[in-house]
Amino acid sequence: MTPTRLRSSDRSTVTMPNPIPDTTDGLRITPRQREVIFQTRDLTVSYGERPAVRDVNLDIHAHEITALIGPSGCGKSTLIRTFNRMNDLIPTARVQGSVLYRGTDLYAHDVDPVEVRRRIGMVFQKPNPFPKSIRENIAFGLKVNGISDDIDDRVEAALKGAALWDEVKGDLEKSALAMSGGQQQRLCIARAIAVAPDVILMDEPCSALDPIATARIEDLMQQLKTRFTIVIVTHNMQQAARVSDRTAFLTAEVDEDGDARCGVLVEYTQTKTLFTTPADPRTEAYITGRFG
Amino acid sequence: MTVSAHELLATPDRASRERRERVFTLWMLLALTIAIIALLALLFDVLKVGIPRLNAAFVTDFPSRVPERSGAYPAILGSLWVIGVCAAFAIPVGMGAAIYLEEYAKPSRLNRFIEINIANLAGIPSVIYGLLGLAVFVRFLGFGRTVLAGGLTLGLLVLPVITIAGREAIRAVPPSIKEAALAVGATEWQAISRQVLPAALPGFMTGVILAISRALGETAPLITMGALTFVTFVPNHVLDRFTVLPIQIYNWTSRPQEAFQETAAAGIVVLLIVLLTMNALAIWLRNRYQRRW
Repeated sequence: MTPTRLRSSDRSTVTMPNPIPDTTDGLRITPRQREVIFQTRDLTVSYGERPAVRDVNLDIHAHEITALIGPSGCGKSTLIRTFNRMNDLIPTARVQGSVLYRGTDLYAHDVDPVEVRRRIGMVFQKPNPFPKSIRENIAFGLKVNGISDDIDDRVEAALKGAALWDEVKGDLEKSALAMSGGQQQRLCIARAIAVAPDVILMDEPCSALDPIATARIEDLMQQLKTRFTIVIVTHNMQQAARVSDRTAFLTAEVDEDGDARCGVLVEYTQTKTLFTTPADPRTEAYITGRFG
Repeated sequence: MTVSAHELLATPDRASRERRERVFTLWMLLALTIAIIALLALLFDVLKVGIPRLNAAFVTDFPSRVPERSGAYPAILGSLWVIGVCAAFAIPVGMGAAIYLEEYAKPSRLNRFIEINIANLAGIPSVIYGLLGLAVFVRFLGFGRTVLAGGLTLGLLVLPVITIAGREAIRAVPPSIKEAALAVGATEWQAISRQVLPAALPGFMTGVILAISRALGETAPLITMGALTFVTFVPNHVLDRFTVLPIQIYNWTSRPQEAFQETAAAGIVVLLIVLLTMNALAIWLRNRYQRRW
C-alpha cells in the first residue's frame, strides 16, 4: 500500500513524493526544507514557580531531524513536550512565550490539544505499547480519530513504515508485550505514524534499547524523515551526530540567587557545524566530554 | 606478621549464632502452626457437624420449627438479592469515585480531605453502617426493611473498600499507557476508558470480589437495620422483606434444640463454600491477568 491511502482530507503533508537527499554533510536547501514547522519565541516552561527551561528561541524545519542534546536537567524533555502539549498533563506546568506550529500558536485559547497531538505524534523513552495485540495497538489511534475503514490496510502500511511488518505479519493478534524491546519501540513508531501525523517527536527513543535495536531505529528515522519532520531528544551525542541534520545544545544554568537549575539553549546549528566547530565554549566542553 | 585465612574465617561465636538462628526459625514455625491449627480445628468442627446434615433439601427448603426439616432456601436467595443490589450500587459508584480521584482530582485541600476520609470510612465498625441504613434508607427514604435498603446499606459499607481497590488498580497502570493514548490523539476520556480502565479491570475485580464476599458475611448492619430472622417466603423484588445466610445461621445457633446446631453448621458450610469460591475466583483473576509491564 502506498502512503497516499493514508491521506485524509486535510493532511497533505503525509505524502511527500521523493525522498530528499541527505543533508548531513552539506547545505543543500530545497524549498521544502525552508518551511519552518515550529518556532519557539522566548519560550519559558515552569513547574510551579521554578522554571525548567528559559527563553528558548528555536526554529525547526520540515523534513529534517532536529536533535536536542544536553546534560540531565537541561530541560530538553520539557522542551520537546511543549511541541505536542504533553506538559498539559502536569497540573503545575506553565508555558510563557509562544510555540508556533506552522504559524499557529499551539497555546492559543482556541487550539484543541487533542488535535495538536494527532498531528504531532510522540514516541517515548521506554517502549509503551498498549497491553493488547499488535493490531489493536495501531488500530486504537485510527479508531479514536474516527477512521474505521481499511483498518487492515492501514495497520499493514504503518507496520511497513516502521520496518516491522516482515517480523510480525504472521501474527498480528500476538500481545505487544510479548515482543522484544526494539520491536516494541518500532511498534510505538508504527502506532504514531498510523494516524498520519505531520511531526514525530521522539523523547530518548533508544535509551532502553541495545545497540542493534538502536541502529535499526536510527535507520528507520532516515526513512521516516522523507515523510515526516522529526525532533529527537537524546542523551547520546554520537546518536545526535549520526542521525540529525540540526542539533540544539541545551545546558542547565544555576540561578544567580541560589541553587535552582534552569535549562537554557546554548547553541543551535547544523549538526556537522556544532560537532566540528562549536561557537560556544560550553558546547565544546560538552561534546568533548569535559562535563555532562 | 601474617594472619592465616583460618584465623580470619573461623569465628569463635559461630555456635551461638547458629543457635540463635534456630530459635528464631522455630519461633516463626510455632506461630504459623498456631494459626493453621486454629483454622483447621474450626473447619473440622463445622464440617463434622454440618456435612451429615447437608443435602439437596437443605438448600431448597424453607426454615421450620422442626430442625430436621429446616432449610436455608430463603436465606440463600435473600443473600443473593442483597448482594446483587449491593454490587449494582457499590461497583459503579466506587469505580467512578476511584477514576475521579486518580485521574481528574487536582491536588487540593478538599481532595486531600476526601482521600483521608475514604480510608477512615473503611475502618468504621459495620454496626454504624446499620444505624445509617436504618435512619436513611429505612426511615428517611421510606424503603422499609427491604432488600433495597439492606443492599444499599451493605453497598455503603463496602464502597470505601471498592474505591480504594479501584484507585490502586488504576495506579498500577503505568502513566505511560495514558500518555501513549493521548499522543495518538485520544481525548482524556478515550484514553481512560479504552486503555487505562481495561488494564486496571482485573485488579479492580479482585478488590470488588473480596469486598463483596465481606458484605456476604456481614450480619450486624442488617440486624441493626431490621432484617427478618425467620422467613417463610422468598424475596421476589427489591422491595420485599428478606433475611440473609449469616442472620439465618445466627438465628439457628440461638435455638435451644440440639439439632438446630447441626442445621446451623450446615448453613455455615454453605456460606463457607460460597465465600471460598469467591476468594478463589479473586485469586484466579489476579493470577490470570497479572501483568509485567
